[in-house]
Amino acid sequence: MDISFKAILIQGMLGLNNGAFYAMLSLGLAVIFGLLNIVNFAHGAFYMLGAFAALIGLTQLGGWIGMPDLQINFWWALLLAPLFVGLLGVLVDRTMLKRLAGLDHLYGLLLTFGIALVLQGLFTNYYNTAGTPYPGKPEMLDGVVNLGFMFFPKYRLFALVFSLLVCLLTWYLIERTKLGAILRAGTENPDLVQALGINVPLLITLTYGFGVGLAALAGVLAAPIYSVSPLMGAELIIVVFAVVVIGGMGSIMGAIVTGLGLGMIEGITKVVYPPASSTVVFIIMAIVLLVRPAGLFGRE
Amino acid sequence: MSNKTIALAVAAALLAGTAHAQGISGDVVKIGIMNGASGPYAAISGKGSVVAAQMAVEDFGGKVLGKPVQILSADHQNKPDIGSAVAREWIDREGVDMIADMDTSSVALAVQRLATDKGVLTINTGAGSTALTNEQCTPLGIHYAYDTYALAVGIADPVIRAGGDKWFYITADYAFGHSLEENASNVVKATGGKNVGAVRHPFPNNDFSSYLLQAQGSGANVIALANAGQDTTNTIKQAGEFGIGRGEQQLVGLLVFISEVKSLGLQTAQGLKFTDSWYWDMNDETREFTKRFMQRHNAAPTSDQAAVYSAVTQYLKAVEAAGTDQGKAVRAQLGKMTFNDMYHKNAKLRPDGRVVHDMYLMEVKSPKESKSEWDLVKVIDTIPAEKAFIPLSESKCPLVKKSS
Repeated sequence: MDISFKAILIQGMLGLNNGAFYAMLSLGLAVIFGLLNIVNFAHGAFYMLGAFAALIGLTQLGGWIGMPDLQINFWWALLLAPLFVGLLGVLVDRTMLKRLAGLDHLYGLLLTFGIALVLQGLFTNYYNTAGTPYPGKPEMLDGVVNLGFMFFPKYRLFALVFSLLVCLLTWYLIERTKLGAILRAGTENPDLVQALGINVPLLITLTYGFGVGLAALAGVLAAPIYSVSPLMGAELIIVVFAVVVIGGMGSIMGAIVTGLGLGMIEGITKVVYPPASSTVVFIIMAIVLLVRPAGLFGRE
Repeated sequence: MSNKTIALAVAAALLAGTAHAQGISGDVVKIGIMNGASGPYAAISGKGSVVAAQMAVEDFGGKVLGKPVQILSADHQNKPDIGSAVAREWIDREGVDMIADMDTSSVALAVQRLATDKGVLTINTGAGSTALTNEQCTPLGIHYAYDTYALAVGIADPVIRAGGDKWFYITADYAFGHSLEENASNVVKATGGKNVGAVRHPFPNNDFSSYLLQAQGSGANVIALANAGQDTTNTIKQAGEFGIGRGEQQLVGLLVFISEVKSLGLQTAQGLKFTDSWYWDMNDETREFTKRFMQRHNAAPTSDQAAVYSAVTQYLKAVEAAGTDQGKAVRAQLGKMTFNDMYHKNAKLRPDGRVVHDMYLMEVKSPKESKSEWDLVKVIDTIPAEKAFIPLSESKCPLVKKSS
């Protein structure tokens, strides 16, 4: 196949679509790492939980609570699933992660990795690992739109725009508002911020909840595209971590820009040299670590 | 009783004891079920295969030659190094006598070689690569269920006859995908079709849109999916998103299990044709097995899981007949047998390790045709055993003596 400019454009667009997912997931990771100093390996599992929350809310929840007519549709799921999973995150932080404050990174990593394994194991027990289709894609998002150079599924376009908006909002919240300023100050020097009368532990818990809520939101958005499967997060999380490392651990803008950029590079690799498409991210990571160990947007 | 007779009696008892120990190593027959219990193929094999193996042991009476039979299971995570490490530990430390399932060809090839070197039988029901009984065949490696050649033969002929003569492949980039693509291209060429190209994706993979668009622009009228499990379901789903496979181009799944049909849902999958070695709703025997299976597992058995049941059953029969669990002797015994159970009908094991049996062409039912949750496909054609597999005369296995 000859590789035309158009083909590159098409693949870039598809890559951007995946990149938006990377961006949203790595954003949550960056926020959590920035404030909690925790390498949240459970992030993929929370992404999976978000997708399952949407699926269960639509197809099973009604039956469970004796209201067979109750169906939480896609739009409500976009709101409720992240809230629910975020609350779960708050619970995890309060009962477990909090106890690790001040310890080596390794402990948080091991604990969250363990949580991920438990969650995946639980869902593997009850759901088909080949995936379950999410039947709730809104009808208005069916079909394709003509972008001039390609026909693009409406839903994917929606997911792309929506996640970009969420990313920008998060960035604005953290970098441009007073709340964000407190958050960032808490990252720099928690003791001093606490001395100023701000409840840092609460702030930390809420941040964790917000971070995993973002993961769940990505999960809901992913549900209509991919099969909802217990392992959907495990496969994605490694790439997302590479994105965070490349962008600079804890850097918000870094996570967004790198996520989108790497998605595009990956997409273009799929047409230029397909066998490398799963490794290109890691090659870039190795180069970045050699040249700028703190990441592209990280502070030395 | 004189001291002398007592001594004789003790000696006789000891001798009898040792004679028995020679029969069954370690006084227990251990069967290892190894598969990708946590990966994209977990619904095809996974826990269901272990359940099937346990059922086979129970149906056999729990004992062979008076010794207990034990099932071990492990997750090879689709990685050959992990599979080999597990196999080594099983054989060296646990004294495992036979290893079964082994979905994922790259793992299967590694484990088959290693087990044969250590004198242990492998009965592969999960992996598809034809290399297992050709270039890389071993004296103790058995390929029990489908292989990539059988899959291709079953589906290529009807598709080409219906006009789908230009094939493009979306291939999982590892041993299994390569084998499937190669077998399918050969069959397509031999049947009068044309291979117009292929793209290889990493295994496992999530987003297939890029490969699908490449396939769409290839000028092919058949897009053949040389992948499996969750990769296949995601490819088919995303093809639907882009409207691929509805017009002049058709999608053909080269390896589909009912777990994938279930995952796609009938609305998406209806009309999809594929080759498989078994279906739960074929006759009373299969339905009876399925009923018992589903009391213990949350899904209907796949052909792989049914094959595990059959493999363990036939293995235990062979151990009984051979009077030992020693690998070579059991392999020789299996070679003499004809397999008949709820999975196999008159199947035979060849010198290259290939078990030849009928294969079936299936078609996914429409939502209207389906009467129950697992009423998913219908059998539309039978590919007779002698046509379904690479003939022994063309085998590349060095163990096969060529009569030239």
